[in-house]
Amino acid sequence: MPDNDPSVKAAFRRHDVQIASIVVVMVVLFSAISPNFLSAGNMVSLLENYSVMAIMASGLLVVLISGGIDISFAAIAAVSQYLVATILVHSSGNWLVAFGLAAAFGALLGVVNALLIYYLRALAVIVTISTMTFYFAILMFVTDGKSIFNLPDWFTADLSLFGIPFPVVVAGIVLLVTVFFLSRLSIGRQIYGLGGNPEAAKRMGCNLLGLQCFVYGYSGFTAGIAGLVQAHRVEEVVPNALIGRELDVLAAVVLGGASLLGGIGTVSGTILGIVLLAILQNGLTLLGVSSYSFGFVTGLIILISVSATAYAAKRQQKRTVRHAH
Amino acid sequence: MPTEAATSTASTPPTRPSFIDWFGRDPTVTMLGVLIVLAVIFFGAMAPSRFLSGETLRAMAFQMPELGILALAMMIPLMSGGLNLAIIATANLSALVMAAIITKMIGPTSPPQAMFGVIVLALAAGLATSLVIGMITGAIVAFLGVHPILVTLGTMTAVKGIAVYATNGGVIGGFPPPILFMGNGTLLQVPVPMIVFILCAVLVAVIMSHAPFGVAVRMIGSNEKATRYSGVATDRLVVGVYILSSLLCWVAAVVMMARFNSARAGYAESYLLITILAAVLGGIDPNGGFGKVLGLFLSLILLQIISTGFNLLGFSPHLTQAIWGAIMILAIAIALVRDRWVARLWLGKR
Repeated sequence: MPDNDPSVKAAFRRHDVQIASIVVVMVVLFSAISPNFLSAGNMVSLLENYSVMAIMASGLLVVLISGGIDISFAAIAAVSQYLVATILVHSSGNWLVAFGLAAAFGALLGVVNALLIYYLRALAVIVTISTMTFYFAILMFVTDGKSIFNLPDWFTADLSLFGIPFPVVVAGIVLLVTVFFLSRLSIGRQIYGLGGNPEAAKRMGCNLLGLQCFVYGYSGFTAGIAGLVQAHRVEEVVPNALIGRELDVLAAVVLGGASLLGGIGTVSGTILGIVLLAILQNGLTLLGVSSYSFGFVTGLIILISVSATAYAAKRQQKRTVRHAH
Repeated sequence: MPTEAATSTASTPPTRPSFIDWFGRDPTVTMLGVLIVLAVIFFGAMAPSRFLSGETLRAMAFQMPELGILALAMMIPLMSGGLNLAIIATANLSALVMAAIITKMIGPTSPPQAMFGVIVLALAAGLATSLVIGMITGAIVAFLGVHPILVTLGTMTAVKGIAVYATNGGVIGGFPPPILFMGNGTLLQVPVPMIVFILCAVLVAVIMSHAPFGVAVRMIGSNEKATRYSGVATDRLVVGVYILSSLLCWVAAVVMMARFNSARAGYAESYLLITILAAVLGGIDPNGGFGKVLGLFLSLILLQIISTGFNLLGFSPHLTQAIWGAIMILAIAIALVRDRWVARLWLGKR
């Protein structure tokens, strides 16, 4: 097993070590070129910019580990964001109410996905594309695409904890919760089991319906919270602001080593994936490269990363076969 | 006894009329046919004078081809068990390449021969762009064995990135009449885009159900490993799948830029997931292996009727999209109930 081989060469065969070393190289490179890069201000704003993505990514990661996929979370975020904002504008509230509502709406819409996937025995990608289309279109139809600007003052007020912006705090908590139940609770191990081999998980006595409801519900839950944090950050609710983010988040999670086939993926890897994208884009900005080039660079990174992973897996397989003979 | 039921069913000679037999053999086609009839009756009753008019039919025939050609481009990878998320990006980049060449090299004073030469050059450049993208995508999927969702997610981001970088997100437009004819003209009362779409659909149908390539691609979609072990060069065929898909993106690019009289990096992005929806609604198995162009064609007609009908009734296009999503879920549910019902009949259980 390569994981037990202590040599440096073996360590570099691990995906997270590869990504981490790329991140380190980029940090050194960018800080050498631009002294601004490692400044506290730049780092904090960088973290703040990517906090919403990190929250959504932790939900998507759990779905990917379970062997499913969720395309609808950005639409869920938009819907629950709008619902909560409407309620907050028309009645008094506080952060506890806001979080409770956002999480509940998000989780509810996520569980709808799980029920459809389970009872219709359909592919998750098809079901969540349909529900994404449905949720978002209903939102646009009902709201007519109108934004909400008159959010309550307490909601948009700056909330920093020891200089750490509020979105970063929330993202940190969500990531910690995800790490906790994935690695410390039995449900986390069941999710890995479900993704690794659904039939085996079923025969072990896992409650598949319950697990799927949890997984997609959690994805919706994080989406609801991400929507709320996004509204707090930009101090307005624009119905179509989050749409189109789903594939970006998927790219970040996949960069972090999660497999679309299920059973593989870690929170630390996902964080590295997001950090890689964030540092790359920020570094390019500091170098004065046009922001129009981000798409191309991001796409190239995704292609190189997934190709390298697949190539390594192929070589590993060949090596195993050779040893066996 | 199950076996007795099976043999007696098999030995009974078909007594049904051949038309119903043909129609009943493909349940997806039957379901879509019924839904189309219901939709026509509904909108015909709600807005008889406007919906059942030649003008509406013509408008629908102009709108459907863009989504239709892109849906064909999505269908072929789906049948091979893959997916091409880069179709819209490919079409936009190739449209931009063509648009740039045409607008740079043709002025209002250009002689017709020069114009013809430039248009041919532009079409060739657009085709080359699409083919290169298809080849790269196919090669990574086939030779490195990366999941098509990941590869095409990467190519989509990179290709769109190139288009955005080159144009700064701007529009390139203003084409000479021969190009505009491709998107807005009619031949014998039939819109040119519709003719292009039908040609593409027939070609894809023939390739997928009769040509060795199509049969092999469907086999790959059913079981890639078994196909490879039975002596089919699956790697090369998978590259072919993505090249063919990109080729259709190029056709869509020509039609789109002619219809809009412009090209831009961000056009038609909302179509991406709709093409998957249309294909799956049309009975293309998203796991690969099964599907017919006829099903896709009918599902596109259904989606177009719903879109045009609600538009005529004064509803926002967003409601149409919501109904498309709901119909998709409904279609999956109907298929599930139907399969269970058939299985129960077959096993003789009551």
